[in-house]
Amino acid sequence: MKIHKRKVSAIVYLIVLALFATFAAWAITDNKNLFVTVSMNGLTIAALYFLVAIGFTLIFGLLKNVNLTHGSLYLLGAYLGYTVADLSGSWLVGVAVGTFGVGIVGFLLQVLVFRHMQNQELQQALVTIAISVILADLMLWGWGSDIYQLDPPDWMYGAVAIPVIGKYSIYKLFILGFSISVGLGLWLLLNKTYLGVMIRAGVDDQQMLSAMGVNVHVVFALTFAIGAAIAGLSGVIGGSLMSITPGEDTRYLLASLVVVIVGGMGSIIGTALGAILIGLSEQYGLAYAPTYGVIFTFIIMAAVLIARPQGLLGRE
Amino acid sequence: MDIFSQIRNSSQWVFYLFGLIALLAYPSFANNFFVFQIGALSLILGMIALSLTLLAGYGGMVSLSQMSIAGLAGYFLALFGESNAVQSLQLAPIIAVPAAIILATLVASFFGLLSVRTEGVYTIMITLAVGVATFYFVQQNYVIFNGFQGLSGILPPTVFGTNFKDPVPFYYVSLMCAVLAYVFVVSLIRSPFGVALQGIRDNPRRMKALGYNIFLHRIVTHSIAGALAATGGVLLAWFNGFVSPGIVGVDAMINILIIAVIGGLNHPIGGFVGAVIFILLQNFAIDLVGSDRFRLLVGCVFFLIVIFSPNGLIGVGSKILNWAKKRPKASEDKMGMEVIKVDDV
Repeated sequence: MKIHKRKVSAIVYLIVLALFATFAAWAITDNKNLFVTVSMNGLTIAALYFLVAIGFTLIFGLLKNVNLTHGSLYLLGAYLGYTVADLSGSWLVGVAVGTFGVGIVGFLLQVLVFRHMQNQELQQALVTIAISVILADLMLWGWGSDIYQLDPPDWMYGAVAIPVIGKYSIYKLFILGFSISVGLGLWLLLNKTYLGVMIRAGVDDQQMLSAMGVNVHVVFALTFAIGAAIAGLSGVIGGSLMSITPGEDTRYLLASLVVVIVGGMGSIIGTALGAILIGLSEQYGLAYAPTYGVIFTFIIMAAVLIARPQGLLGRE
Repeated sequence: MDIFSQIRNSSQWVFYLFGLIALLAYPSFANNFFVFQIGALSLILGMIALSLTLLAGYGGMVSLSQMSIAGLAGYFLALFGESNAVQSLQLAPIIAVPAAIILATLVASFFGLLSVRTEGVYTIMITLAVGVATFYFVQQNYVIFNGFQGLSGILPPTVFGTNFKDPVPFYYVSLMCAVLAYVFVVSLIRSPFGVALQGIRDNPRRMKALGYNIFLHRIVTHSIAGALAATGGVLLAWFNGFVSPGIVGVDAMINILIIAVIGGLNHPIGGFVGAVIFILLQNFAIDLVGSDRFRLLVGCVFFLIVIFSPNGLIGVGSKILNWAKKRPKASEDKMGMEVIKVDDV
């Protein structure tokens, strides 16, 4: 049965690849420049989605908490980063405050709220919805419904020459590189440090870890803080790429959800794969079929859910 | 059935009878604002919340996409029936209404198909993602759904000289649908199908071992809940006179969840109780916090309910009743049957 299943999924992957190759061949002969630009934009968006979703999947992996405040934490990071960068005149200070500020908010949420309802996954999910409603309105209160735009520092501004399309924004390339390094950093943290060992042990068996004398509450709170901090960080990074408005929390919550549904919960590589699929399909959709763009994202999600409910690289 | 439960059942009937009379007489002592904006809207949102209660309370599937189904039913009504939309087919209501409800039910079954193979919090995630994708789709698509502006000019029909857009007739139509939906859900959860559904909620593995097709059972529940939500959605489209992306937006999706949870997920009446509270808060929150901070207030109420009374206001009510009667905490579920807890194997 196993081999048969594998054969089927190999065939499915081949068909999908063939379809994509046909599309790419058509798009390249049609307009090479457009196709490469759209692909690069897709990868940039994928990098941003990966950054947002990796915190979400980290928190779920250990705490089994579907943190639906994740979009709000992203937006909070963006607003904090904007305000601080505006006041201090330094983008990097904005990044630092956005990251640590939201990290602290995450830490407090875990310690004050979620810690008291462990193993009640449904109640936790409902509480995160309540908190996201409250946070969304507080942010609307504090920052209004204006549109903000963060400017990255001068040395990231402008464009650099790359093959085929000529020029491409340095900042977008920076996001790509940065997101890959965050992914690598997180992988190193999880696989090569003592905290990582404890987090992975906690994913597998919380009670055992606790019995070994590890204070799991501290591990949980730190994990939540790291996940939230990455959300805040991506808020500042994303807020410098696109605008910061009240509806963005929903957009990035959806992105995180779809990316981890497609890629598989709790897997860094799965999250990367999901982010690339969703980022590319979204940008191709916007460029080649403007009013049906979302449908592609939806079809990918639906196909994965029907074929592999646990996600492409999720554990069974 | 022992004598005590018979007495309790008879008092329940008296309660229902008085409730129904009060609801029927309501328009005779309330003004048009209370009949239409409060009464009819509470009944409509209560129906949509009822569909969530069926799924979440009895099926263990917390679906956030019920509002998407209701909103899509409104869209389909505008597209099939009489409306200002150029792409509308302008069919008679007698065809357009069933067509809209059936199509929305099919969509609900498909959403169900996507989510039933996963459990618990995954259902919330998937239905939220599906619902938000629906929102972005109707907002971006201009060919069918007219994008940001949506579709307008959706009017309830005039039958035998009665214009159902008028507050009082519209209220009675909503009341009729709501009562039918309520009676339907109450009898459904006592039927073999409903009992099996609760079995699947409590222990899917055991039900599977007993020979139930749990996925199919869940999908059918999604279809039934979808039909209820779609009926509410048709009424809501008539109530508003238009459909727009905001109707299926995240705030609206979460509102239905808030309504169902505030009322209480473990009884079909919960959705209606929650809807009345929600609509009253929405209309009179200006006096409490100012109209701008309504969502903050609702978010806080929702937060407190989830933390302190997971069974909603009904849970609070029954706690007070139990305390007043000094009865020991009954370990009975809403059907009057003893809950036998058996650990999962």
